[in-house]
Amino acid sequence: MAIKITINGQAREVDVDPDTPLLWTLRDTLGLTGTKFGCGIAECGACTVLIDGRAERSCMFPAANAEGTSVTTIEGLAPEGSLHPVQQAWITHQVPQCGYCQSGMIMAVTAFLDAHPRPTDEEINATITNICRCGTFERVRRAIHAVAEH
Amino acid sequence: MGKWTRRAFIGAGTLVGGGFVLGVSGLALAPSRHSVVSDDGAEHGELTTWITVTPDNVVTVLVPHCEMGQGTQTALAMMAAEEMDADWNLVRVKEAPALDNYATAYMMRPMMPAVPAPFVRGVDYGSYRLARWFGFQATGGSTAVRGTGVYGMTVAGAAAREMLIAAAAAHFGVSASDCKAVNSRIVHAASGKSATFGELAKAAAKISVPSSPRTKSPDSYTIRRTARPRRDIPSKVNGSAIYGIDFTMPGMLYAAVDIAPVHGGKLVSVDTAPAEGMPGVKRVVKLEEAVAVVADSYWHARRAVLALKPVFDNAGHEGVSSATIFAAFDKALGTAPELPDKGAQVITCDYQVPFLAHATMEPMACTARVEGDHAEVWAGTQDPLNARSTAAKAIKMNVENVRLTNLLLGGGFGRRLPFTFDYVDMAMRIAKAMTPTPVKLIWSRENDIQHDYYRPAGMARFAGALDAHGTPLAIRSRYAGGGDGESVFMPYAIADKRAESKDAPHPVRLGAWRSVLNSQHGFFKESFVDELAHAAGKDPFAFRRDLLGDEPRFRAVLERVAAMADWGSALPDGEGRGIALTECFGSIAGEVAHVAVAADGSLRVKHVYAVVDCGDVVNTDSAMAQVEGGIIFGLSAALVGEITIAEGRVQQRNFRDHHMIRMADAPRITAEFIKTDRKPGGLGEPCVPPVAPAVANAIFAATGIRVRALPIKNQPLTRHT
Repeated sequence: MAIKITINGQAREVDVDPDTPLLWTLRDTLGLTGTKFGCGIAECGACTVLIDGRAERSCMFPAANAEGTSVTTIEGLAPEGSLHPVQQAWITHQVPQCGYCQSGMIMAVTAFLDAHPRPTDEEINATITNICRCGTFERVRRAIHAVAEH
Repeated sequence: MGKWTRRAFIGAGTLVGGGFVLGVSGLALAPSRHSVVSDDGAEHGELTTWITVTPDNVVTVLVPHCEMGQGTQTALAMMAAEEMDADWNLVRVKEAPALDNYATAYMMRPMMPAVPAPFVRGVDYGSYRLARWFGFQATGGSTAVRGTGVYGMTVAGAAAREMLIAAAAAHFGVSASDCKAVNSRIVHAASGKSATFGELAKAAAKISVPSSPRTKSPDSYTIRRTARPRRDIPSKVNGSAIYGIDFTMPGMLYAAVDIAPVHGGKLVSVDTAPAEGMPGVKRVVKLEEAVAVVADSYWHARRAVLALKPVFDNAGHEGVSSATIFAAFDKALGTAPELPDKGAQVITCDYQVPFLAHATMEPMACTARVEGDHAEVWAGTQDPLNARSTAAKAIKMNVENVRLTNLLLGGGFGRRLPFTFDYVDMAMRIAKAMTPTPVKLIWSRENDIQHDYYRPAGMARFAGALDAHGTPLAIRSRYAGGGDGESVFMPYAIADKRAESKDAPHPVRLGAWRSVLNSQHGFFKESFVDELAHAAGKDPFAFRRDLLGDEPRFRAVLERVAAMADWGSALPDGEGRGIALTECFGSIAGEVAHVAVAADGSLRVKHVYAVVDCGDVVNTDSAMAQVEGGIIFGLSAALVGEITIAEGRVQQRNFRDHHMIRMADAPRITAEFIKTDRKPGGLGEPCVPPVAPAVANAIFAATGIRVRALPIKNQPLTRHT
């Protein structure tokens, strides 16, 4: 089935089974491997992308439901050659360790900061529920506050 | 590419029949360990095995260790660049390929007693030959910086500097002793002559590699002891980093598997028809212990494998459960250890910890192509040479014909160490069935949680005696589930300390898990010491400190972390502090946990303070990240981590029933390092073991409830008032 989605600002038509999760459509069909597979049950958030600006866990999001939407992945968060303020803060504060969860973490934080430009720790705790096995939470929190203060 | 060049044999011992014989006299004359370069290496500016300088004046450091977030590749390059006096902005870092030349031998040196100077070359050469023979290129045991860094990169960097200086001196017509390296140039101050490393590289590469170059004094460091941004981070914030699971190539197919749920179980039968009719499915491949579906996309493969109902046997382990395993531990431990001098008071306690999964965020994945008598493999591993050998054995191919490319690891923690490459082995067998088509095998999270090499469960039985003044006379323990001299070591001045291992085997598959046996024993011994302190009516910090008169390094760590945490100051009702102190992998870590237990029993770890003596710190910021990460890793195990066994199989399946802590549970962390000139110790692991006992001890301080079994979530913390 041909599904029309705007991916990172480009109109694309992908031919996948409608129940194919958006995650695998991005990774295997479109070659955008920055979005990661962690659990397949929307628990860990490694696969988080923005759909019309909302953070969604793409591993359980059927591609067919993305028809007509605008999807942003980590590759398209900032124009080529530049960095989104969240990405810049992730470098400044040296947040990633293994880095595998960080694409999803960055996408979740981007949507979160759009909704909460001056977040409290409680708001961060309630909304940023992505799992990071390396344990970068201290730096994630620091980087979120740093972006908010700018 | 790659063999021992003639350069390697300059100054070597005796050549007999074309081979090199390492005789007694040869020990001191062994070739420099750093002189293994490719045949035409000198033409390309290969100064030593790991250091190449190109005409554009860029120094490339080939690091023989994987990057899994621990910052090793940047830190090791810093150690080489420091000795070269290179301009850090002109230094590139690359992972060494999976080739025998890059076998890592320096894991052993930190464990050895001091090697007398005349034997260093021989010992390094001998262990290097062994590492090549075994095909060993491992990253583990917190050994990269303290082994490869201290004994390898530092020496290689200094050797490269001396070679560049010698080349410059010859070029300028001056004495080498009048030249020095400054910011990737060799300068002769008196004449004002200078040349870049790049200009000198070709000439320098023709000079034999000095085996005992002079290394810098720590007080002249300009790169080490600073915070240098990790070189792997930029690609990890924009999606461009390629992990094992991300590798793709044209024509590649995807495989998903269902594996016998009991380790050792075999596939008895499977009706392949339901999968074969599904979209995109190319073939169902039956393996000895699993069934694989190969399809044109991962989703097609995964959906089809879920449609199968394979029958597996249980390898005779259907009667095994966590209950039977712990009952066997209990039986093996027997009665409490006997204390010859019972003093005024005897305390006996049991402790236990469960199996744990590594749960790397990237599930196991491996791509392989088998074509005729050759194979290619792409995966993220903690030992590419051993993974290559596993790959070759899986399809009975000569290892020389297998090429393995190591990619980034989405977490390791011990899951991707030598002899744990079941995912590589499986991918090879599937790729062989699909020859010559490349196949990417991706394990589901369920595959990963249920087919790990688990942190061993364990149980310990302690007995301790106190005299009338509350001074400990003896601590004796028995433990089942594994241990060693390092993990049971206690620094405290107690005359009678004994720990005895008891055997209670079980069929659960075990492996090394970040901090290995120290994670169990750290909890056991530091909980028991705390119990002794309370029984003695003493403050747990003061009790420990008073037993550390002969251990100034331990005492400094303990005193500093207590001060940092404002130990002894008043806390609100329901809050408490706990302290713990452990040493492993050459480093000492002291931690204080500050917890709050609400009336309903809910626990919050508010703050963890840590002080670490890991010797001389190389990259101050990435070192701090390892402290923070180690604390969170240890805290997941303390609070919620648990793998349980029923009917021989792992009960947990995914992140809904196997838990790790998240942002809301993550405490604030304050940490610092002891400043010292001592050689670096390990850092990837040493901050894990003290967390669990610090938290359990804090819970006792807050509530009077003693936690003796992990994870803490299984124990009600409701206070009865």
